Amino acid sequence: MDPLNPLAPPSEGPEAIHKVPATPPVIAPGHTFGTVTDKISSIVLTRKTPLGWWLGFGLASMFTFLLMMSLTYLVVKGIGIWGNNIPVGWAFDITNFVWWIGIGHAGTLISAILLLLKQTWRTSINRFAEAMTLFAVACAGIFPLFHTGRPWLAYWLIPYPNTMNVWPQFRSPLIWDVFAVSTYATVSALFWFVGLIPDLATLRDRSQSRAGRVIYGMLAMGWRGSSHHWHRYETAYLLLAGLATPLVVSVHTVVSFDFAISILPGWHTTIFPPYFVAGAIYSGFAMVLTLAIPIRAVYGLEDFITMRHIQNMAKVMLVTGLIVAYGYGVEAFMAWYSADKFESFVPLNRFTGPYWPFYWGLLACNIVLVQSLWIRRVRTNVVVLFIIALIVNVGMWLERFIIIVTSLHRDFAPSSWGMFNATFWDWSTYFGTIGLFLALLFLFLRFLPMISIAEMRAILPEARLDDDIRVI
Amino acid sequence: MATRSSIYGLMAEFDDPAALVTAAQRARQDGYSCMDGYAPYPIEELHHALGSPTTRLPLVVLIGGLLGCGGGYAMQYWMSAVAYPLNIGGKPLHSWPAFIPVTFECTILAAALSAVLGMLALNGLPQPYHPVFNVPRFALASRNRFFLCIEAADPKFDLEQTRRFLETLNPREVSTVAD
Repeated sequence: MDPLNPLAPPSEGPEAIHKVPATPPVIAPGHTFGTVTDKISSIVLTRKTPLGWWLGFGLASMFTFLLMMSLTYLVVKGIGIWGNNIPVGWAFDITNFVWWIGIGHAGTLISAILLLLKQTWRTSINRFAEAMTLFAVACAGIFPLFHTGRPWLAYWLIPYPNTMNVWPQFRSPLIWDVFAVSTYATVSALFWFVGLIPDLATLRDRSQSRAGRVIYGMLAMGWRGSSHHWHRYETAYLLLAGLATPLVVSVHTVVSFDFAISILPGWHTTIFPPYFVAGAIYSGFAMVLTLAIPIRAVYGLEDFITMRHIQNMAKVMLVTGLIVAYGYGVEAFMAWYSADKFESFVPLNRFTGPYWPFYWGLLACNIVLVQSLWIRRVRTNVVVLFIIALIVNVGMWLERFIIIVTSLHRDFAPSSWGMFNATFWDWSTYFGTIGLFLALLFLFLRFLPMISIAEMRAILPEARLDDDIRVI
Repeated sequence: MATRSSIYGLMAEFDDPAALVTAAQRARQDGYSCMDGYAPYPIEELHHALGSPTTRLPLVVLIGGLLGCGGGYAMQYWMSAVAYPLNIGGKPLHSWPAFIPVTFECTILAAALSAVLGMLALNGLPQPYHPVFNVPRFALASRNRFFLCIEAADPKFDLEQTRRFLETLNPREVSTVAD
């Protein structure tokens, strides 16, 4: 690949002899500053809202109402409406919390880590992947918040001077989680908003309606594209990426500490932090693909979200899927190698215990199926990829369910064993958050540019300066 | 005609980034110092061509991060060992390994807030009014046009001469920016 122009398809070099199919470009040829700006901003400003948007938003809103009803009923009756009870004190709530947080991680990976690694292809997917992060974290936050049982007292988790003279317990991983997740939510929101500022200025300048000019104008804060401003902006953006990179690794590490710090067999293991982070990225990329494939088709964005993006995401899924498979292997190996009968009972119980269909289902979804991504024809078929991504989402949900429920339901003393059965309200809260997530995403697609216009301009061939200018 | 005090500067409009960078270089060679370039995306070469100093933002972020780090740790120490000492599983009151995750998160949070608020503050944003928006064509600065504005505050600024100078740079148009 030409290092100066990552957009150009690879030249006919020696590899052409081996008939390697050409890598698709990051942006379809023929685009200019003007066309990129117009195409992306028209989705928000001028184009008619597609019928699919109304149907999707309507359906997502119905599930959001289901969430509201479920949470209202929960506040009225207490968390007894959920199926979790001793010994399974954590079930759907924490499963869903970990699942949603994990999904968010791909957004930060794409926006921060791939930026630091100078992966140009991230540009057209980072904006909506970051939006996905924010909405996923919002959905995640609902579960621990309501699992406290008294969500109106959740501010007790924050260290603030109070008349009870009580302070949070900083030796507990649960308070680490409060700090990790709230920092993650804040930094993700900042990163997303900073990225939006120049595009909000574009929308302000291009909006035909007064309301649009006023609202986008206030959000753009008077951005005028000054060279001095861009310089500080770029510095801030790069620093944020550098800060978000260790942050995203720390967040799922801390989430895994919620389990690993305890002494419960199945939880008390050192493989958890790396295995949780890999699993998070795995599920997150599956969710980005689940969203990107229909969005590019509905909005006709095949020029910007090209097959290059789709294939790269499929490859990231394959790699992280293999790390997750390694994690399962090590978990089972360590249980056997520990020669501890409680530890070695955990995998046995997962393979053959009452929840065996979930465990085998998880292996099929997360390990077996994803191996098909080794085949190029699968990676280039969007319909098949969409289905695989959906199944990986299910598989990663099952993984968290297995980790949480099967470890809790049979611990040391058989006299304290029990079973967990989900209730209607468990399911309704879960599907409700999916509705909330999608409803927020639909609003985002309608009112904000889903692709970073400023960053797209910068990677156009037009933006390349001649070498005599570059030297100075 | 507008008097000098009511003029913010003169603005030349260009079609492509190379023309703007060249124009900025020429203006600097010609002795202008008080000017700014406007582009729809960041151009590193433009920053160099204008001779602008490197930002102090990294220092702001470093200080923010260090304060977050120290503050986060001190908060945990004070709360766990001084204000509310509890014996948890026989661990020492100052059980520093347990304080690392929250210290780390506080560092990142404070540094990220410093990066964003510092960037906005150094850029003088939010700024509800700026004279460059008085030029109607400036709306294209956020689409596909490139602008160079030599400000009236420049010691070498002269309405006639500066306009003539800007005309030599092959702009699409030179407009007067009202203050």
